[in-house]
Amino acid sequence: MKGILKIAYKLLVNDKGKFAALLMGITFAVFLMIMMTSLFAGILHRSSATVLNVGAKIWVMDPAVNTAVNSIPMPDYVLDAVRSINGVNYAVPLYSGGALVKLRSGVYQSVTVLGLDDSSLFGRPELIEGKIDDIYAENAFVVVKDAEFPKLENPRIGTEFEINDHRGVIVGIARVTTSGLFGVPTLYTTYNRAITYIPSSRFTDAFILVDPKSNDAVPYIKQQVANLGYLALTKDEFIEKTSTFYKYKTGLGTNVLIMTVISFIVGLSISGQTFYTFILENLEKFGALKAIGAKGKELIFMILFQATFTALTGYGLGIGFASLLITIAKLRLPDYAALITYGNLGMALVMVVIIAGISSYIGVRKVLKIEPFDIFRG
Amino acid sequence: MAGLAVKAHELIKWFGEGEAKTYAVRGVSFEADFGEMFYIEGPSGSGKTTLLSLISGILRPNSGSVLVDDKDIWSMTSDQLADFRLNKVGFVFQDFHLFPRLTTAENVAIPLILKRRDWNESMNSAMEYLEIVGIKDRANLPPVKLSGGEQQRVAIARAIASSPDILIFDEPTASLDGDTGRRIVEFVKHNVLNEMRCIIIVTHDSRIFEYADRIMKMEDGRILGIEKGGPHEE
Ligand SMILES: Nc1ncnc2c1ncn2[C@@H]1O[C@H](COP(=O)(O)OP(=O)(O)O)[C@@H](O)[C@H]1O
Ligand SMILES: [Mg+2]
Repeated sequence: MKGILKIAYKLLVNDKGKFAALLMGITFAVFLMIMMTSLFAGILHRSSATVLNVGAKIWVMDPAVNTAVNSIPMPDYVLDAVRSINGVNYAVPLYSGGALVKLRSGVYQSVTVLGLDDSSLFGRPELIEGKIDDIYAENAFVVVKDAEFPKLENPRIGTEFEINDHRGVIVGIARVTTSGLFGVPTLYTTYNRAITYIPSSRFTDAFILVDPKSNDAVPYIKQQVANLGYLALTKDEFIEKTSTFYKYKTGLGTNVLIMTVISFIVGLSISGQTFYTFILENLEKFGALKAIGAKGKELIFMILFQATFTALTGYGLGIGFASLLITIAKLRLPDYAALITYGNLGMALVMVVIIAGISSYIGVRKVLKIEPFDIFRG
Repeated sequence: MAGLAVKAHELIKWFGEGEAKTYAVRGVSFEADFGEMFYIEGPSGSGKTTLLSLISGILRPNSGSVLVDDKDIWSMTSDQLADFRLNKVGFVFQDFHLFPRLTTAENVAIPLILKRRDWNESMNSAMEYLEIVGIKDRANLPPVKLSGGEQQRVAIARAIASSPDILIFDEPTASLDGDTGRRIVEFVKHNVLNEMRCIIIVTHDSRIFEYADRIMKMEDGRILGIEKGGPHEE
């Protein structure tokens, strides 16, 4: 069989024009699919930045909440009720809200403020400069050094600013694993300072962060919170909910889905068409091979090999180009949210395999149908 | 003569059904022997190509049998038939059907590769066959770079590469100029024919009749008669 494959390989690759067209079709399709889905994956990942960074195991929220950035504050009694649920180790409030900062240059910049529970500082970020205890000092804020950091004019420890007519001062610079989606810098402070500095509605608990005594307690906690009329989600569930929101309840997900389907169709038609022409042009030769004594399964093998080889080469090239472009884009735009996930790669592979499968199915049918007699008659 | 190579018995082949039913071969029986150049001659449409396909395992007859090595080839499975064609029959197609994307040597090696010979071994043998047909120096060129006569030689090299007992030519001189055609057939008679091989040639080119041992005349799907060939026929 090795020799037969070598013949198949040479028939394919030596037809340079057609091979190039085939590769281009598949490469382009894979490239588009990976770009679209990676961009989307990046956005989804970013959209859960707060959930990932705070790191609580269970989040209690209003059932109407879709993402961590759009919270609906809950009345104070919920916190007490959650604290009294059996199996809750501790529960703390998290403040999350937007504010306007006036920088020293006089420029206004909107920010997200996260207020951490005063006694535990649960969900605090990792500091790369300063000490976390300084967050208790007067007017103290910790700034996150992410892609948005320069928008605050690259503050340092001691840098002062105004926040809603209150004085603020930077006491620490933090690092987080995931930066947010919305191009707004993030400040951390204590819960109590957040609610005093930032005008709020009557209720102030955006989320309640819960640490369960054990994983076994989680279903019970969820049940009890549900009885209160609120929703308790594990970290993964909350991320999932956020993703679902962006995937299905915003135009974003639909558009990405449409683009992915289009790239699949474009790839399928270019490569399917070209492969079909390739088979048609070689049909006589396949017929001659049949006459000479090649068996049906040997011809099928040749065609499958040609389709698979083209598909995988195009797949590799497509991934290569997509990674290259994403890498370059990330160098130029630190904010560029694209994430090549195994899921994306797997999905593109499945699509490529379908493209190769359909193409070779058509080819195989054609080739099996030719009568060597027709070739013989000329 | 060194024994019976092919025995065709009462072969009948028609195409189409009903109104459109046309008989291409209407009850043909003949025998061809090893060591001979057996010609099939007749006007266009008389059923020569069809008959050739029936006896070489390419086209199934509606009735009748083809015996090779005492076996009826049309009782074989399709895989056995493929093996039969690969091992027993060599084909030189009228328009050659060489692969333009392969080199001349690779074209010649194809039957050997189908026989599962190792690639290098097949290529070495292909070189030997190219040497026999006198165009070894063209081995690494694609066939399209070769003249018609040279392409014919490549096709012959490919046909004999599988060491067939029966070698089949359909109108070998049709796409060549007169002189080249004659030289090729003369070459085949002197270098390709041997006592272990039967060569069956379909032609209506009288300039190559002198190389025939026997000439079977066909018309309208029937045999008119079999004559001795050679330089002084007519
Ligand atoms: N596939 C086919 N379908 C219908 N008729 C055919 C087919 N092949 C051959 N024939 C008919 O059979 C007859 C013999 O054809 P062929 O064997 O090619 O003749 P020759 O080779 O002597 O010119 C012709 O009348 C031709 O039209
Ligand atoms: Mg004919």
